[in-house]
Amino acid sequence: MIACPECGSKLTIADDVVQNEIVECESCGVELEVTNLTPLQVELAPEEQEDWGE
Amino acid sequence: MSIRLGVLFGRIRLEEKLLIAEALRRGLEVIQIDSRRLVLDLSGDYQFEVLLEREISHSRALYALNLLQNSGVQTINSYEVALVCGDKVATSKALWDAGVPTPEIKVAFTPQSALAAIEELGYPVVLKPVTGSWGRLMAKINDRDAAEAILEHRTQLGSYYHSIFYLQKYLEKPGRDIRAFVAGDETIGAIYRSSAHWITNTARGGQASNCPVTPELNDLCLRAARAVGGGLLAIDLMESPEGLTVHEVNYTPEFRHSVDITGVNIPARMIDYVIQVARGAALPAAS
Repeated sequence: MIACPECGSKLTIADDVVQNEIVECESCGVELEVTNLTPLQVELAPEEQEDWGE
Repeated sequence: MSIRLGVLFGRIRLEEKLLIAEALRRGLEVIQIDSRRLVLDLSGDYQFEVLLEREISHSRALYALNLLQNSGVQTINSYEVALVCGDKVATSKALWDAGVPTPEIKVAFTPQSALAAIEELGYPVVLKPVTGSWGRLMAKINDRDAAEAILEHRTQLGSYYHSIFYLQKYLEKPGRDIRAFVAGDETIGAIYRSSAHWITNTARGGQASNCPVTPELNDLCLRAARAVGGGLLAIDLMESPEGLTVHEVNYTPEFRHSVDITGVNIPARMIDYVIQVARGAALPAAS
């Protein structure tokens, strides 16, 4: 079990999570990026840039 | 020999996760390319023949596609498609030239000329950034006071792109628009995006429901897709009083809200197309 780097709450992360997947902290809603699978590590996801989109 | 598929990304959204899982399920060798670690050069020596471009940044996508495609990698979508779809002026021009119904636009480069253009179009007018997505920084301008304020604010935003004023005539629509997904020569599914707000993007809270793909919708979507160069695309349409009109084409479509609602396995259909292209099927010809 790891903690949200933003709010410190314990994170629930699905078993099928993949490297670099974006997950949300259920407690504070911040977007996190999974930067390592074993051991599980997350960092704050990059913030939206002006040229991001579809 | 299995197909070696590069998947370029800057962020693994649900869409990329589903596409990669489907590609692996179909026996493709998947090479994941994180644009944040990517270094490109001119030599063109890559470990994959086909690239599925899913980069979230338009700028990174363009530079990567240029170097990869011009080094012999079959890219989906092509550099040219990204150039056209990533720039609303280029999209409007391509649609117009192909005879695809699309809202009237004007382009101006100063607040003064933009104001003149707005008054010529007649209120309300929609001001959009030439590059951008998810309804970001779109403004519906209802009168001259608003026009003057918004144009001044845009020039202060820092990026020169905000001084390229892309002005679109506002079309009345029935509280919804249509997002249709095209894979090659087929419209594989579509949704209505409904909202009480004039911006109906699902990223902005628009509610999705299934939209039947009629022969008319399919035909128009394929014409729009061909107009921008074809590939894996999402076409945004409005039901205007004059009929269906296309206002945008997206070259890195998000589809998370559309799979359950349409009942179409969109990532599977997209990978079908990738496999067809990898096996040498001709890309749809541009009109």
